[in-house]
Amino acid sequence: MPTIFVDNKPYMVSPGQNMLQACLSLGFDIPYYCWHPALNSVGACRMCAVKQFKDANDTKGKIVMSCMTPANDGTRISIDDQDAVKFRKRISEWLMINHPHDCPVCDEGGECHLQDMTLLTGHVYRRYRFDKRTHTNQNLGPFITHEMNRCIQCYRCVRYYNDYAGGRDLGVFCWHDHVYFGRSKDGVLKSQFAGNLVEICPTGVFTDKTLARHYTRKWDLQNAPSICPHCSLGCNTIPGERYGTLRRIRNRYNSHVNGYFLCDRGRFGYEFVNSGRRIKRPFYRQAKKFELMAKDIIVEKISEIIKASRNVIGIGSPRASLESNYSLRTLVGPHRFYNGLSETQTQVLSTITEILKNSPLQSASLSQIGMADAVFILGEDVSNSAPMIELALRQAALTKPSVIPEKMHIEKWNDYPFREAIGQEKSPIYIATCNTTVIDEIAKGTYRASPDDIARLGFAVAHEIDAQAPAIGDISKEMKAIAKMIAEDLKAAQRPLVISGTMLKSRSLIQAAANVAYALEKTGKKPLICFAPESSNSIGMGLLEHKSINSAVKAAERGPVDAVIILENDIYNHVDSDTAEQIFKAVKNIIVIDSMRNQTTLRANFVLPAAAYAESDGTFVNNEARAQRFFKVFVPAGDIKESWQWFRDIMLGAGISEADKWKNFDGIVNDIASKLPVFKDINKITPRADFRIAGQKIPRQPHRYSGRTAMYANIDVREHKTIEDNNSPLSFSMEGFDGRPPSSLITHFWAPSWNSVQSVNKFQDEIAGPLRGGDPGIKLIEPQQQAAGEYFKEIPNGFKINDDELLILPAAHVFGSEEQSAISPSIAELAPKPYITVNPADAERLVINNECEIEITLSGVTHLLGLESSTAIPNGIAIVPAGLKDLQWDGLPVRVKLKRR
Amino acid sequence: MEKPLTKNFKTDGSVCSLSEYEKRGGFQALRKALKMPPGEIQQMVTESNLLGRGGAGFPTGKKWGFVPMGKDAPRPKYFAVNADEMEPGSFKDRVLMEGDPNLIVEGTIISSYATEAQAAYIFIRWGYKLSTERMNKAIAEAYEKNYLGRNIMGSSYSLDMYIHTSAGRYMCGEESSLINALGGKRGIPRTKPPYVVTCGLWGKPSVVDNVETIANVPHIVSNGAKWFKGLSLTEEGGTKIYGVSGKVKKPGWWELPMGTAIGEVIQEYAGGMNDGLQLRGLLPGGASTSFLTEEHLDTKMDFASMAKTGSGLGTGTITVLDDENCPVGMVNNLESFFARSSCGWCTPCREGLPWVSRILNSMEAGKGEISDLEILREHTVFLDTGHTFCALAPCAMNPLRSAMQYFGDDFKRHVTEHRCPWRD
Repeated sequence: MPTIFVDNKPYMVSPGQNMLQACLSLGFDIPYYCWHPALNSVGACRMCAVKQFKDANDTKGKIVMSCMTPANDGTRISIDDQDAVKFRKRISEWLMINHPHDCPVCDEGGECHLQDMTLLTGHVYRRYRFDKRTHTNQNLGPFITHEMNRCIQCYRCVRYYNDYAGGRDLGVFCWHDHVYFGRSKDGVLKSQFAGNLVEICPTGVFTDKTLARHYTRKWDLQNAPSICPHCSLGCNTIPGERYGTLRRIRNRYNSHVNGYFLCDRGRFGYEFVNSGRRIKRPFYRQAKKFELMAKDIIVEKISEIIKASRNVIGIGSPRASLESNYSLRTLVGPHRFYNGLSETQTQVLSTITEILKNSPLQSASLSQIGMADAVFILGEDVSNSAPMIELALRQAALTKPSVIPEKMHIEKWNDYPFREAIGQEKSPIYIATCNTTVIDEIAKGTYRASPDDIARLGFAVAHEIDAQAPAIGDISKEMKAIAKMIAEDLKAAQRPLVISGTMLKSRSLIQAAANVAYALEKTGKKPLICFAPESSNSIGMGLLEHKSINSAVKAAERGPVDAVIILENDIYNHVDSDTAEQIFKAVKNIIVIDSMRNQTTLRANFVLPAAAYAESDGTFVNNEARAQRFFKVFVPAGDIKESWQWFRDIMLGAGISEADKWKNFDGIVNDIASKLPVFKDINKITPRADFRIAGQKIPRQPHRYSGRTAMYANIDVREHKTIEDNNSPLSFSMEGFDGRPPSSLITHFWAPSWNSVQSVNKFQDEIAGPLRGGDPGIKLIEPQQQAAGEYFKEIPNGFKINDDELLILPAAHVFGSEEQSAISPSIAELAPKPYITVNPADAERLVINNECEIEITLSGVTHLLGLESSTAIPNGIAIVPAGLKDLQWDGLPVRVKLKRR
Repeated sequence: MEKPLTKNFKTDGSVCSLSEYEKRGGFQALRKALKMPPGEIQQMVTESNLLGRGGAGFPTGKKWGFVPMGKDAPRPKYFAVNADEMEPGSFKDRVLMEGDPNLIVEGTIISSYATEAQAAYIFIRWGYKLSTERMNKAIAEAYEKNYLGRNIMGSSYSLDMYIHTSAGRYMCGEESSLINALGGKRGIPRTKPPYVVTCGLWGKPSVVDNVETIANVPHIVSNGAKWFKGLSLTEEGGTKIYGVSGKVKKPGWWELPMGTAIGEVIQEYAGGMNDGLQLRGLLPGGASTSFLTEEHLDTKMDFASMAKTGSGLGTGTITVLDDENCPVGMVNNLESFFARSSCGWCTPCREGLPWVSRILNSMEAGKGEISDLEILREHTVFLDTGHTFCALAPCAMNPLRSAMQYFGDDFKRHVTEHRCPWRD
């Protein structure tokens, strides 16, 4: 461990750092702009200047940039040296020359790194007396506002966008003090990770456009630690609310999961919470009769139905919290509880959970994905179904070739030489999908085929790695050659990774992926496996229940079923309408709890308004079986309640005694932990509701939160009692513990002098490492070292094309396929129009090549789709966008005859 | 005296064809070099004490010595000739390329061979149209005669040579910015270490040498290190193309022994000041060098001697300031050039140089303020090596700092008299 000297005091630091990182980790306040913990050092801004001395006798020293100085043993610097202080002040003066006096009207104000650093250096008075340079701004799409006058040319935006995130359409233009960052012409930024620019940019050049529409200062927001509900990865977020509406999503650092970044769906998909489609009040509907009901009345009515019923079934949801699902399960009884998925989806999901529970395979976190040095993706277009995997894969591409700069003694933190030495070299990444993907450009090989053929390739790769793995009898020469190539690269890797998912609803793909991983395990490698199911709590549901909606239909047909309770699930998204209708026809009382009006709520008799995720406390289990806690950011308005509380109240009314234990959130969490072994640790994710620090709760509001009484002064001037939170150690106020709470309870990142997102530094022991005390979240499943993964033997047949049919496959779209975010207006703006893409050869074969629109009938519904063609689509296959309005979900994959219009 | 660099120049301004060049002894050096191991050529160049003629004066042989050699070295390796001559006041490289392009081609091939490069790029300034035309022709002719391409002159060495026209930015004259620009990136400099000799074009070992430096290599190979040292008046080997511009009787260029004194160049060769004018000051080697005055006229124009004066040899092309020209106006011209040239990467240069330029403009317009002088002085201290990312801004401060030192009163008068005293 090297020892460095800062202002003549010795400190031990971890090896391999630069002085800026090392000093920030030690708690020193060295100002900086262009360095970033995920982007490393380039030495452009000159803000982190310190004085370096050759040895203890050197009194003169010279100014160096701490971000570019290796923290080797004996390195000696002074931060407080007067020359360094003056120089840093001068840098602030130079940056202020052209900076507009925007603070009062700039969105960034209050969480602006430029504000913080300018204050830190002590620069105050303006000596420059000439004009400022100005720029014109561009329209970059619905997510990000562009205000170039504020730019301090730290170059972080283009380095993040191009180097880190692989984007191409954001660049640097012009020279000297006219440097401009933008696109070659106005247009939506193409990368779906562009939203991170709003946190990367240290000033207000790139700001959250969705926030701007309902703007609030950072210090006026009420926040809580939350989990993104828009895919299965479980990125940690901090949503902010004011006056009862959700204003914005901010990244919540977690070194294992999302790190410093989010995808745009997660960052901008929140506006559904404020949507006009929200169900706000309970109501009862019977034939033409519609009646709003007070909440205690409707609870009473439903309790009565429950008391009088002998057979009530419950359909849960993979996007609802563990607690909400469990409470429904308890209400109806485990044998009457269904998982809210179709039979096909259930088979795929249970295959995944069985593999995770009973095998020696390590499930990869996003940060582990970023360190893989060979990757094989089977079938899943991760860029659209679980987008942050793409961002991690772009970092994984650098893992294998990092030996090149290592040999040249170039440190990883020295960003430009590190990347220059690597050049175009990449870790081998193989992508086997049904269509082109955004990350084809970083792939060593791509394989386009039907899901079954991709699975066969997977089985073949496993066999090439381990001859004990089942072989494909009728393998083609072409597939064998490709399988060999992939196997070679996986075998040669230190950290091989296999990825698959549930978009194509193919169990074979999951099994093939597992076989590849087992084969690597058996040959002594330490492979990682990553399964990406659809929803925020898919794995949680997979560990809870395996009975599908189709089973519920059978139960309803066997009958009689007195009531069905559907929890936060538009079942038309999972099963076709005929199947859904069967339930509604067979059951007398249809009780639905959801936050949004949808097709299922339209069929309900009783509708109870559910709290959205930002209005709830709960647990989601992510794709790697990491159980993570989210707390309510704000109390929902009026009659909206968390689903588990609705169920509790119904159970109490119906005399079901288990609900007595659920007096507060801890009650139900403890109940689950004590009753279900796989969830035994979920009561350890966060401290209990009675946790205090020095007798204080943790405030949801920053200490500068304002307007508490002014807000209502037009109505009355009393000091209203703060809403009490008996469910968590957080308070709905700014009063409380002012320091850094345990990492699972962080409601906002702030430290004295550090108002911006850079304050995350102060919550880590080491920069870019875990949060102090460990990142929140607990993995529920660890690899079973004793178990030897048993090879799956059911190899699917090769894909056969029928004369006048096409196999219709769903394609995920980051914007539009996920149910809740698709309602947010900015996301909806970017969702694709319905289309069907076929191979031109098929278009000719089916004589549709001159059409521009095609009619197809799925699940009894006829759709008109714009016809597109692409040679990348394998023969016999057509792609349609998944999850778009009216495109039935479980209809796909299905073989369909196409009709000309 | 021997003038190896310019001996093939024609007085009518036309240029030798390749066969004429061969008749005058051209490509004999290459023939000889291909029979020597590359290390031996490097040795010769080191012993000859050839210093880089781009302005920095780094020993050429020493630079080549840093290139990883042998079968385990990273490949492909590259050689780039810095023909981006944009230092204000310099024109010696243009003179060489227009006058004897074949010499440059031969010198590049030998130097590439000496460093095992597979491709050589002549990175030439956009504005040098005639040079580009003549260099293109020389390269094409060299390919025809198998001096370029596969298995040159029957040896096992192959080399491809390309002309790369710069998009036109002063910053690209710096070796690492040149490599970036050549590689299709923005022409901003790189942090060092690693140096381009180990991690250069596309991360591979690359050498960047100035046109005039390369022009010496065939002669060193042909005649030896001792001969080369003998051409000079000092320890630093070879001849040098010196130039003079300004209000002298015969502005121009001359190939002279390295170490010729400043005064000799100005008086003997440039004919001294025009009638009625006095020498006020001079920039010895381009806008990036500090002013010197008549007290320095005895200084030998080689790198070491010039460094002792506090200025530098730079490109060796002198710009003379006469006593009827406003020093502030001259410095204003230079600083506006530097401000325009800033690549915009690092804060002090990007923001500081335009500020300096605006102050000088304002002083020339009679709107200067007393506090401006302090701001100018501060910039000459703060824009120092290590404070900025590269040497552009520190070099930009050389003429300003030295002008304020030698012509400080002129600056003050602009402010106190609210006008430029040289204008009526």
